[in-house]
Amino acid sequence: MQPTDIHNPNYFHKVVDCQWACPAHTPVPEYIRLIAQERYTEAYMINWESNVFPGILGRTCDRPCEPACRRVRTEEKPVAICRLKRVAADHKGDIAPYLPKVPKKKNGKRIALLGAGPASLAVARDLLPLGYTIDMFDRDPGGGGMMRSQIPAFRLPKDVLEEEVDLIVNMGVNTHYNYEISSMKEMLDRGYDAYFVGTGAPRGRDLDLPGRVEVSKHISIGIDWLSSVAFGHTTSISGKVIVMGGGNTAMDCCRTSNRLGAESVTVVVRSGFDVMKASDWEKEDAMAEGIPILNNRPPKEFVHENGRLKGVVFGRVKPEEVDGRLKYLPTGEPDVFIEADHILMAIGQENHCPWIERDLGIEFDKWDCPIIDEDSLQSTHEKVFFGGDSAFGPENIIWASAHAHKAAISIHLFCQGKDPKQDRPPEGVNLISQKMGLHEWSYDAEHDPSQRHIVPHADLKRSLDNIKVEVELGFDEDLGFKEAQRCLNCDVQTVFTEKLCIECDACVDICPLDCITFTPNAPENDLRKVLTAPAENSEQDLYVSDILPTNRVMVKDEDLCLHCGLCAERCPTNAWDMQKSIIHIPQLSSYAE
Amino acid sequence: MTFVPKPSARHPLLKTNEIGLTRRDYEAIVSTLCAGCGHDSVSAAVIQACHELSIPPHQFAKVSGIGCSSKTPSYFLGNAHGFNSVHGRMPSIATGAYIANKDLKYIGISGDGDSASIGLGQFAHIIRRRVNMCYIVDNNGTYGLTKGQFSATNDRGSTSKRGVPNLYAPIDLVSLAIQLGASFVARSFSGDKQQLIPLIKAAVLHKGFAFIDVISPCVMFNNHDGSTKSYTHVRNHTEPVVDANLIMPRDEITVEYEEGTTTSVPMHDGSKLQLRKLSDSYEPNNRVSALTYVQKAQEEGEIVTGLLFLEEDAVDCHDILGTLDTPFNELDEENLCPGTERLEQINDSLR
Ligand SMILES: Cc1cc2nc3c(=O)[nH]c(=O)nc-3n(C[C@H](O)[C@H](O)[C@H](O)COP(=O)(O)OP(=O)(O)OC[C@H]3O[C@@H](n4cnc5c(N)ncnc54)[C@H](O)[C@@H]3O)c2cc1C
Ligand SMILES: Cc1ncc(C[n+]2csc(CCOP(=O)(O)OP(=O)(O)O)c2C)c(N)n1
Ligand code: SF4
Ligand code: SF4
Ligand code: SF4
Ligand SMILES: [Mg+2]
Repeated sequence: MQPTDIHNPNYFHKVVDCQWACPAHTPVPEYIRLIAQERYTEAYMINWESNVFPGILGRTCDRPCEPACRRVRTEEKPVAICRLKRVAADHKGDIAPYLPKVPKKKNGKRIALLGAGPASLAVARDLLPLGYTIDMFDRDPGGGGMMRSQIPAFRLPKDVLEEEVDLIVNMGVNTHYNYEISSMKEMLDRGYDAYFVGTGAPRGRDLDLPGRVEVSKHISIGIDWLSSVAFGHTTSISGKVIVMGGGNTAMDCCRTSNRLGAESVTVVVRSGFDVMKASDWEKEDAMAEGIPILNNRPPKEFVHENGRLKGVVFGRVKPEEVDGRLKYLPTGEPDVFIEADHILMAIGQENHCPWIERDLGIEFDKWDCPIIDEDSLQSTHEKVFFGGDSAFGPENIIWASAHAHKAAISIHLFCQGKDPKQDRPPEGVNLISQKMGLHEWSYDAEHDPSQRHIVPHADLKRSLDNIKVEVELGFDEDLGFKEAQRCLNCDVQTVFTEKLCIECDACVDICPLDCITFTPNAPENDLRKVLTAPAENSEQDLYVSDILPTNRVMVKDEDLCLHCGLCAERCPTNAWDMQKSIIHIPQLSSYAE
Repeated sequence: MTFVPKPSARHPLLKTNEIGLTRRDYEAIVSTLCAGCGHDSVSAAVIQACHELSIPPHQFAKVSGIGCSSKTPSYFLGNAHGFNSVHGRMPSIATGAYIANKDLKYIGISGDGDSASIGLGQFAHIIRRRVNMCYIVDNNGTYGLTKGQFSATNDRGSTSKRGVPNLYAPIDLVSLAIQLGASFVARSFSGDKQQLIPLIKAAVLHKGFAFIDVISPCVMFNNHDGSTKSYTHVRNHTEPVVDANLIMPRDEITVEYEEGTTTSVPMHDGSKLQLRKLSDSYEPNNRVSALTYVQKAQEEGEIVTGLLFLEEDAVDCHDILGTLDTPFNELDEENLCPGTERLEQINDSLR
């Protein structure tokens, strides 16, 4: 193999599994260390910089970082990265001194943000410190998009939402709430310098089955029903409720029904339990509240009598692999009938922009999605950028933030007459030695073997009685500290210097996870088999040195490294050093001031 | 010195041996020797070898004298028996222990100072007595623990860290061991585990006195340019002559060697020791010619390594003394000490 280029920003970035997996590339271990030092405000600000909504995300994030966490591989359960974010938010002090300054004098450029969801808000936050004038339009009475209209209060309390939304709005956004955008042409005619479409994926899917029309007043589309609950138009639901669908919307629908007075609630899913779209913890929470989830039951027919819904007939299937693909085949057992008075349909959403006229130069593909450049998020109309759910279909808040940072850079480049694709600033990496003394590092290198700590919950009865009672109580400072100690500090990298190595094997012998090998060089696949421990996880890189005096190379399998620093401690010549990698992900804030 | 304990977390694909233990089960506390000390590599090789032998750690006894090298039994086989004796006196302790309990596997770790200076007499006599053990000298040509004086194995002309040359000719422990009747004599290098691990395995299984001289650089006091025991010097001057490979009953034979170059020696536990000659003229079963070869090479500044001498079907001290099959420590008091009447009888028979 070729020697590894550790100055390629992606190399060590990939080693920080969580940061790599986070769409906004939040520097996770950095903020976790600050939490362990009780520096909550700084921990919060690191998050705010990267993901914009730490308090909200610390409760609701889809947390793609956690399955990626190295700790999953070294011992099953990831660090509670997401809930630690909440610790920073819950315990932070005054953040005002850390906030970017918004200049009084505007730069003369006007930007329209369509929709006031997380995507638009994050674009506003990035652009305001550079003097842009921001007009934000939304049909809802306040900002936040689906974070306000969909995510129930028992998961995300209103004050938490409003604190972070207002923080941005108060930086100087001109809000136009209760404003239905009905024509893109009309918007373009207003002559803004650029447009950001952040209108989300607002249409819930429906199911056309026998009886659908007859019982329509007993069927609600999940996201419409949740928003009418969020805005206080719906305050109760009665009788037996069936929630159809297996995603997070279904989980919010069933748990909300449970709190609004339903006699019984049943979730029915056409596919198997393991392949449901809902996150594991959402399923667990729903089941812990006593809600049954029935799987492998595709709906067949709505049964009604005199215009009244009686229930739904479901078929029975079982998953089977046919030619390598998962198929659901009928089991042959008789259909099942489940009684229902009300049905909540939560089977998916689509982006849907009927108000964008199709002759404006904004092109759509055959699935009616806008055609956009993945790097710049620019549409085929140079002034129009997309982000969040409106760009590539329904995702989540953290993706909305990530898109927003990209789009803000693009808008800024575009407004300066530069090319949003070609002129983007590059990523970078800095490496800083953590050595403080002979056996002293500026990070807590010692490995903490403790198991993941569990977030305490509010009393079940109390939370089922009141939809506003937040279910999770969050970690207190003590639990937060303990959980923070589980982080392996994957951003403190093992950096190898060939010319210092005397090949004494001390690092090989000490490494608890058998990461290091000295061996004759070979192609990657061959090397992977001959290492001290086989390197079977090909998603994780091998760090390969240049040729050493004995004609061998040093090969380190990054996969299971605990970043414990023992290799560097046992190295007599400092050929290994522990160096913190700081990955520079371009953000507009680096242009401010 | 390392203060952080080695994390208990281990690689999920770590191999388990026939008794279900991983290599990590053969470890002990983290070494307090200087980082990079060759002795730590020898400890790692002992750990690996004992693991591969599938012998439970508590069936080993570790014995040592004084020195950095003699400290190392603390850093391997944490669950084994052990006795850290006085400087140069490990052979007495080992002899006593072996007489009392012949069922344990004895691993002695000594230094060049411990065995070639203060303990040379003891070293000579444990060989002569044919104590059944694996005796390893971590040979760094210096008294590491007392801060770097020349030891008796240091080559003439080799310099100290400050550049002062050594005036005396070295004692070669390998030659001594061959001459004094050791039935297994090997030399290796701490930086070459591929060679060292099979040698340790074979030495542990060998019945009789097995000696391994391991050149083990002292990074602190004897790893500089003028030293003949530095990593670089040793790497550039070794001549492996006989490769040893221990094949356990469950191992599949993966390499086939050319006929004529390999011989296979059966061991007591059913495994086979495969010897491969790397030098045509070397005869590992002939004391005189082996000794000549080793000494000649030494004159030329070359370090001959590998399994240098092997006497098959050697007798050990229990055979010579004709003791019982049952180890003494398992006898009850009555049998172990049959009383004054019996003693009288014995004395009478000698009058
Ligand atoms: C029930 C449910 C629960 C969810 N839970 C989570 C969760 O726990 N964690 C998570 O990360 N994500 C969750 N999501 C997804 C998340 O809410 C969205 O991915 C995210 O809000 C998308 O942000 P956005 O800015 O792209 O659009 P949105 O948040 O959808 O905001 C778009 C805004 O545009 C406005 N708008 C649209 N069209 C028009 C128009 N024509 N005129 C005026 N205004 C308009 C809408 O009113 C809305 O306010 C959930 C989604 C649902 C449906
Ligand atoms: C009876 C006695 N004499 C002298 C010493 C001092 N002493 C301690 S270790 C040592 C030399 C050790 O050298 P070596 O056996 O080569 O071990 P190394 O430290 O080099 O591994 C000496 C002379 C002692 N501890 N006891
Ligand atoms: S252990 Fe810490 S730094 Fe490493 S992946 Fe998990 S959260 Fe990230
Ligand atoms: S930091 Fe070094 S010793 Fe620790 S696990 Fe990683 S490679 Fe091994
Ligand atoms: S002084 Fe030499 S022999 Fe002793 S621990 Fe240090 S390097 Fe090893
Ligand atoms: Mg010595």
